[in-house]
Amino acid sequence: MKLLVCISKTPDTTAKISFKDDNTQFNGDGVNFILNPYDEWYALVRAIELKEQKGGTVTVVNVGDSSNDIIIRKALAIGADEAVRIDQLPNSSMDTAKQIANYAKSEAFDIIFLGKETIDYNGAEVGAMLSELLDLPYVSFASNMDSSADHFVLTRDIEGGVEEIKLNAPFVVSAAKGMAEQRIPNMRGIMMAKRKPLNVVAGIETSSRASVKSFTLPAEKGGVKMIDPDNMDELVRLLKEEAKVL
Amino acid sequence: MSVLIVAETQNNAIRSASNEAVYFGKKVAESLGVACSALIIGDADGGESLGTYGADKVLKVNTGGKGFDSQAHTQIIKQVAAQESASVIILMHSSAGKSLAGRIAIATDAGLVSGATALPSIEGSTMIVPKTVFSGKAIANYELTGDMKVITVMGNSLKPEAIGSAASVTEVSVDLPAFRTEVLGVKTQSGTVPLPEAELVVSAGRGMKGPENWGIIEELASELHATTACSRPVADIGWRPHHEHVGQTGVAIRPNLYIAIGISGAIQHLAGVNNSKVIVVINKDPEAPFFKAADYGICADLFDVVPKLTAALQKAK
Ligand SMILES: Cc1cc2nc3c(=O)[nH]c(=O)nc-3n(C[C@H](O)[C@H](O)[C@H](O)COP(=O)(O)OP(=O)(O)OC[C@H]3O[C@@H](n4cnc5c(N)ncnc54)[C@H](O)[C@@H]3O)c2cc1C
Ligand SMILES: Nc1ncnc2c1ncn2[C@@H]1O[C@H](COP(=O)(O)O)[C@@H](O)[C@H]1O
Repeated sequence: MKLLVCISKTPDTTAKISFKDDNTQFNGDGVNFILNPYDEWYALVRAIELKEQKGGTVTVVNVGDSSNDIIIRKALAIGADEAVRIDQLPNSSMDTAKQIANYAKSEAFDIIFLGKETIDYNGAEVGAMLSELLDLPYVSFASNMDSSADHFVLTRDIEGGVEEIKLNAPFVVSAAKGMAEQRIPNMRGIMMAKRKPLNVVAGIETSSRASVKSFTLPAEKGGVKMIDPDNMDELVRLLKEEAKVL
Repeated sequence: MSVLIVAETQNNAIRSASNEAVYFGKKVAESLGVACSALIIGDADGGESLGTYGADKVLKVNTGGKGFDSQAHTQIIKQVAAQESASVIILMHSSAGKSLAGRIAIATDAGLVSGATALPSIEGSTMIVPKTVFSGKAIANYELTGDMKVITVMGNSLKPEAIGSAASVTEVSVDLPAFRTEVLGVKTQSGTVPLPEAELVVSAGRGMKGPENWGIIEELASELHATTACSRPVADIGWRPHHEHVGQTGVAIRPNLYIAIGISGAIQHLAGVNNSKVIVVINKDPEAPFFKAADYGICADLFDVVPKLTAALQKAK
């Protein structure tokens, strides 16, 4: 099977978030960037497992500049066969989706994997956009993929439960926890990754009707009010009268 | 011009989360001085109630019993939006809403903001819409331009109020697209409000020592009519079901009240809960990082204090 995994780079969760240029740009100085966990742990590993089961190739694609090559090499070290970097700093999810669609449309991938969402913008937008651009079915937030038959049965997370969906390739899927178990790259993988192809291709002009105008930081908490453990009546009173949540 | 709201259904009923989307849509429609309609796709009953939360009209498209398919539903929504001359489409920031919004944005050449946390401010033909980013650590103000706009609304962003009266439901006809996926089944727990929509959440972590001790958590939750949640390690070792796991890798929630019991408050946990309106932390370690993110803190043994809290709530009824 010909498999594509879309991978992105995000700030580490522990990163301190700040902005520059009058709060219009994210300040990446001193921030540690990682391969987006959903892409790495679930989407990529499930694609590799599928290749191990049915044969084929796993290609990873990233839209971004050469500073992303580190995370791309990591994906190759985990087990992807080849990588494509679309050399463009995306200005929106729509831009990202259009860049990937433009590349994927002539490649006839059987399945395109994405992560559930990026942990920076938390949009879960790219997968849906890409599916529509490629006119493919889309199963979002999959927590299991049964690939034992010719068709696929995916389990998709919905509010308070799951839904089971049957479909045939080609399709697009976004991966949530449960899809696969994280794999740690080993020495051999890291050595092999250096020799695997990382093709850089040019991006296209795209337009988008949504852009970030400014960032703000949420209001600071007023500090914790400690309550005497022997006076839960007081907590109940505060929740009712002060916080007004009961 | 009009605003079109996509209502959600489950097990042949309207999901109550749709009320918030309808109310949000109505508020947007009011600022634009236009009407709003709510759309139901499928066989659900009870659409009349959407009028109560502000829908001027309720429309229904019968799909002959077929389940959710983002591709087919997008084609249906696109057709209804054209019939209604909609310029704004509102969905919930839910599993279905997120699967549809990006597709609709492409299909209708719209600007998209997913996960809006407040009503947009409207300036001529542009809208500024806030949403939280960086796992709750910041807010981004998005600008939407162009003739068509799609917004998904984060749960518990505004409280839906009954502002209208029941509306009649009109069947509309569209060209039914092909459904290329088949829903084999839907499994949901009944009785409790799903986590992303819960207003009150009682959550516990590794401080519980073992799954056999969860009785006190369930009693507190049932006293409050709250939904239960847990930290990630607790779900990973199988003490609690996977859908209860909140945090960066689990469900992100913003209830009115989040009670965290025996949870240390690691940054990855906070990422999913720090937008809760009020946070109560029960932990025996005064240095637990969660206290820094809390509104009310109780430094004590949870096995001692949780039953006391339940009793105090009972007494206060
Ligand atoms: C990439 C990544 C993603 C992650 N994603 C998530 C996520 O989505 N959600 C998540 O929750 N975690 C996540 N984690 C894990 C996270 O870092 C923490 O390890 C985890 O949240 C800790 O769980 P805990 O608070 O239940 O356990 P612990 O850290 O072990 O804390 C237990 C707490 O209970 C208290 N306690 C013990 N006994 C008692 C008692 N008798 N009475 C009162 N208090 C008591 C202790 O003082 C302690 O503070 C992630 C980690 C990584 C690296
Ligand atoms: N710059 C990018 N390059 C390649 N894939 C991306 C990029 N940004 C996002 N993705 C993919 O789209 C998914 C959803 O991202 P988002 O819509 O930003 O939440 C991610 O988990 C990735 O799989």
